Amino acid sequence: MTATFECRGLSKRFGATQALEGVNISIAPGRVVGLLGPNGSGKTTLIKLANGLLSPSEGEILICGSRPGPETKAVVSYLPDKPCMPQWMNAVQLMDFFQDFYADFDRQRAEEMLARLGLDQKQKLSQMSKGTKEKVQLIMVMSRKAKLYLLDEPIGGVDPATRDYILDTIIRNYDPEAVVLISTHLISDVEKVLDEVLFINQGKVTLQASVDDIRQQYGMSVDEYFREVFKC
Amino acid sequence: MDWSFNNDMPIYTQLVDKIKLSIVSGQLPPGEKLSTVRDLAAEAKVNPNTMQRAFQELERAGLVFSQRSSGRYVTEDVEIIMEAKKAMARQYVQSFMKSMEQLGYTGEEILHLLEEGEEEEKQ
Repeated sequence: MTATFECRGLSKRFGATQALEGVNISIAPGRVVGLLGPNGSGKTTLIKLANGLLSPSEGEILICGSRPGPETKAVVSYLPDKPCMPQWMNAVQLMDFFQDFYADFDRQRAEEMLARLGLDQKQKLSQMSKGTKEKVQLIMVMSRKAKLYLLDEPIGGVDPATRDYILDTIIRNYDPEAVVLISTHLISDVEKVLDEVLFINQGKVTLQASVDDIRQQYGMSVDEYFREVFKC
Repeated sequence: MDWSFNNDMPIYTQLVDKIKLSIVSGQLPPGEKLSTVRDLAAEAKVNPNTMQRAFQELERAGLVFSQRSSGRYVTEDVEIIMEAKKAMARQYVQSFMKSMEQLGYTGEEILHLLEEGEEEEKQ
């Protein structure tokens, strides 16, 4: 079986800074994976490489067996860590936009989720609160029937109820054959929805393990284990 | 169902215990149809694969069974349910005895305290 997401000897340098070094990862279809690491550990760099927004210094990154390019972009649904969608658009315009760009966009699903949110569909993104904006952008991203969802800090900076809403939306909507990669440092919040975790530190992936294996082996949650491993 | 989890145990074993408790207590009666893995996972806010693993464990124990097209059900075999109930009771007794021993109580005293406790409950 071809891995949905694979890195082989992947390195990325920015001048003298080694952002990623010798990363080897393989993720099979159907897994929800947490990309966990402290600030500046290389999480966003890895996600940008997967999107083709950066290119590797060494090694390669493969999405369903192909290097990032037009055909992988058609199957990768990406939520960046910064506001990415045109802020002057309202929800209806956003749906038109996604429908134009992505063949796998399920408009009906997006409309249902937006209706449940009870949102004024004429409201522009720029007029929404931070939490609502995050929810709307996530709805767009999760309404695609993608093979790989790359979610960069989807729950950073929002209140706990909004976090619950976001995680609930993720587990209810991802395709069972797809991979969801969630980067975050809010581990206790995401732990229960993950199959596996990747620990990343100073550009190196130090661990790939299942959540329940970590709990079984160390008798503690992934959050507690992370605090121990990354103690400052 | 209460879907809170401890930190020191795998999530799937805790799911198994919670569903088991619902079955042996009759909250999920014999023959009852269960919600889909995805719905239950969303309710418990856990990963669907983890819920699936819990169900596989319950199937292996004979407490639930799946019917190819129509879904998953609680077993109709009352004997298996009663046995699971007894096993859980034994577990509770064991951990209770351990705590009481840590407090320094022994057999007779524990029985006496239990009777006292039962009296108080009645009042």
